[in-house]
Parts: sequence; structure tokens; C-alpha cells
Amino acid sequence: MTQPYIPILLLIAFVIANAILMLGLSQVLSYGERTAVKTAPYESGMPVLGDARERFSVKFYLVALLFIIFDIEAVFMIPWAVAFRQLTDISGLLLIEMLVFVVILAVGYIYVWKRGAFEWD
Amino acid sequence: MNPELKGYMLLSVIKMLVVFTVVLVGVALLTLLERKVSAWMQNRRGPNRVGWGGLLQPAADGLKNILKEETFPAEANRLLFLLAPAMSFIPALMLSAVIPFAAPLRLDFDFTAGPLGRFVHHGLMPMVVADVPVGFLFVLAISSMGVYGIALAGWASNSKYSLLGGLRATAQMISYEVAMGMSLIPVLLLSGNVSFSSIILEQSRTLWFVLPLFLSFFIFLVSGFAETNRLPFDLPEAESELIAGYHSEYSAMKFSMFFIAEYANVVTVSAMVATLFFGGWDVPFTRADESGVWYWVILSHLMFFAKTFFWIFFIMWIRWTLPRFRYDQLMALGWKFLLPVALAYIMVISGAIYALEHLAGVTSPLTRAMALTVVSLVLGILVFRVLDRGVIVSGSQPRRQRLEPDLLRNPLGGRTDGVRVAS
Repeated sequence: MTQPYIPILLLIAFVIANAILMLGLSQVLSYGERTAVKTAPYESGMPVLGDARERFSVKFYLVALLFIIFDIEAVFMIPWAVAFRQLTDISGLLLIEMLVFVVILAVGYIYVWKRGAFEWD
Repeated sequence: MNPELKGYMLLSVIKMLVVFTVVLVGVALLTLLERKVSAWMQNRRGPNRVGWGGLLQPAADGLKNILKEETFPAEANRLLFLLAPAMSFIPALMLSAVIPFAAPLRLDFDFTAGPLGRFVHHGLMPMVVADVPVGFLFVLAISSMGVYGIALAGWASNSKYSLLGGLRATAQMISYEVAMGMSLIPVLLLSGNVSFSSIILEQSRTLWFVLPLFLSFFIFLVSGFAETNRLPFDLPEAESELIAGYHSEYSAMKFSMFFIAEYANVVTVSAMVATLFFGGWDVPFTRADESGVWYWVILSHLMFFAKTFFWIFFIMWIRWTLPRFRYDQLMALGWKFLLPVALAYIMVISGAIYALEHLAGVTSPLTRAMALTVVSLVLGILVFRVLDRGVIVSGSQPRRQRLEPDLLRNPLGGRTDGVRVAS
């Protein structure tokens, strides 16, 4: 039962070892010295203005919130889709259930659209 | 350990090493291919000095990247700055573990290798590193972990370009992940299982899913472009605006690891398109490829390779053909077009399956797939002809004209008294 997962664990260990090897090798073989100009953040060659830890647009938070909502819908749909083919004798009921679910989702979706959450300009 | 488990482990380790090597070498060669393809399309020669026709260029680049100086921005968070390339490298290379690359091979051996003991294997060996029953969910779960590496890289560099690139990449990837997840539901509706081997078997039994689920294929392909941050959706690293986006501050091998991760993701998306919509290793018009005989296995592997390679080439082709989207166009395409179309398509396909099985009494899977092909064809034509004619994703010119026609025609708003307009 759990046997197919052993190669995945092996692969994870192998890939992590490779990542550490790559980073380590590069660190060991690296040369040169750190100067103030070299370690300054790149701003197209101009003197650095302020810090990058500033506030950014609230739109990005909004996208993250919407993502959580809609991705959970996708997660709910996956078991439904698998069951739809396997429980063929109640597939009419399953279809109506999903229709209700999608209609509720669509109401929220239209609300979000009308409130302008998808507008970026 | 019993001999069967030992035989299984031996095969797993061999398959793992082979697949890992092939993916890494393939990624190295893809960087060369990308430069060659771009050269062909722009009437240049591309790299042709190192090795035969430039064949050793990736090796030279790799060596150079290992030997280059590591830079750390002074204000960066050092731990996260180091961790970020690994965080995008690891998931990208784990994905190749669950995608079947050839038909199962019939393999029987029973030998004793000195102090290691006896190794036994009988029957069909699936040609995939890990034949997990949740292969499909594994890909969805692990591919979304790539976001962490990019978001961390953008934030930890403490550079404005990196931060903007990281933010854009995160928002774009999570937006298109929704459409991608939804577009794959119809595949599960038809296959009834989440393991890749059963999805491929269902396709070899009926039609390749690109026909009955054409819109799913289209949405998945577009989302795949966005998920891998490739043109026309490469806003996270738009060089004319953000230098190199989230990896502006990275040098040497850390930069290389982001690069490897991007190309490994391209390989995975191409392999996923080939597996989910073009039958994977399935050789068309025959079922003999499932027999496990070695020459059919080799042929099926060549089929898988050819399909995957075509989609890799297609992604490069698009990159050197189409210009970049604007950010609001990108978000509008994901949220206002692909997501509702994918949702509606799920309902249409499930409704059509129900109608075919219970109302029309169709029992043969092949007939059902053909009927769904007709439905998808009609829907595809509708979607492309009616829905998207600059209504949702529009250029700046029509949008400005629609919004403020009077202002454009007369920028002073009708007030001409006392104001001299320079001619």
C-alpha cells in the first residue's frame, strides 16, 4: 500500500542532496571580495534610494484571498469528479448537487467581479 | 527485507537515477535549444563555437556558473536568500517522479548478488519512478510549492526590482493555478481516477482527451504558460521593466538553480499536456503497446518523448512569436475569462455525460467520447468567436476610446475660452 511512496521519499532526499551540493560547491569555489558597491541592491546603476521593505498594493492581498476561496472549490470538485464516474446510479443527484454548488459560487463570483476585485487599472 | 521488496527497490533506484539524470541533462540541452530556436526565428546562427555546432555550450555555461563569484546584497536576509533557489529547484525536479514515460515493461529476474542477497521481480514493471495512486494530485500539490521559492527570492533580496518581480510572480501563479485546477476536473470526469496510468489507459481505450475535452486542453495550456512564467506571461521577469524580476540579485549557481527550475517546469508542463490530453505513451490505433514486450515499450517511450518534445518546442515557439501581456490583461484573462469558462465547461461536460448515459442510453465509451468531441468542438467555436473579441482582454487603445471618447476628442473638456491651444 505505502510501497509506491518509497521511491518518492528517495527522490526527495536525492534532490535535496543535489540542491545542497550545488549551493555548497558554488560557495566553496566562489572567489572575490565584498565591497560596499558590489553588495548594494541593483537599481540600474543609480545610488540606492531607501529600502525595499515598503508597502505594496493591496491588490496582491486581494488576489491571495480570492485564490484561497476558488482553489478550495477546485479541491472540493476533485473527489466529486472521481465519484461521478464511479457512482453511476446516483449521478443525477450528484449533478444537481454540483449545479447548486456552482450557482452559489457564481453568485460570489459575480459579486466579486462587480465590486471590481479583478480590475487592475 | 524480502527478495521482492529488494528487487523493487533496486528498480526504483535505477529508474530514479536515470530519470533525474535525463531531466537535468535535458534541461541543460533545452537552454541550448532555446537559444538555437530563437536564433533560427531571428535569422541568426546562435551559439556555434563550443563543441560541435555549439553542443557543449550548456556544459561551458554550467561550469562557468559554478565558478562565478557569489554575491550577497548587503541588506538581504541571508538564510532566506540562500533557501529560495533550493525551494524552487526541489519541487521542480520532484515532479518528474510520477509521470509515466513508457508502457509497462514485462521484466522477470531472480539473482543473488553476493552479500546483498537475492533480488526478485516478476510481472509488469510500470515505467515511472513512483507509480502512486494519487499521481495527479501529487503534481497539483507539488507544482504549487514552486511559488514559495519565487516569493521568498523576491522578498529576501531586499531590492525593489526583486520585490516587484516576486509579487507579480506570486499573484500570477496563484491566479492561474485556479484555472489550471478547474480545467483538469473534466479529465477526472472522463477517467474516473486520479492515477496517471488509469488516465492513459482510458485514453488508449477511447480517444485522446484533446478531442473530447478541447477547452480543458486550451485552458490548461494557457495556464501552463503562466505557471512557468514564460512569454507571453513573463511579467515577473520582464526585462524592460524589472531587469530580471525576482532573481535580479542572484548570481552564480543560485541563479542557475532558478534557471534549471524554470526549464524543469517547462518539461513538466509539456509532459503533463502530453500525458493528460495526448495519451502519454499511448501508441495510437493499437492496444499491443500494453503487452509489455520490450520493442513496444521502446516505441511507446519514443511516442511519449515525441509528444513532450513537440510541446516543449511549442512553448519556445510561442515565446519568440508573441509579445508580452500587460499586467491587467494578464489578470483579466485568468480571472474573467479562463476561470468562468472552466467552471461552465465542468458543468457542460458532466451534464453531457449524464445525458448520454441516462437519457440517450449510450454505454460504449468510444461513442461517448465522440459525442463529447462534437460538444467540445461547438463550445470551442463559440468561445473563440463570441466570447473573446477584445471584450475582456483588450488592448489599451480600444479601452481608452471606450472609457473617455469625449476627453480624447477634446482634451480641454469644451472650455476653449481664454486658453490658446498650441498648434
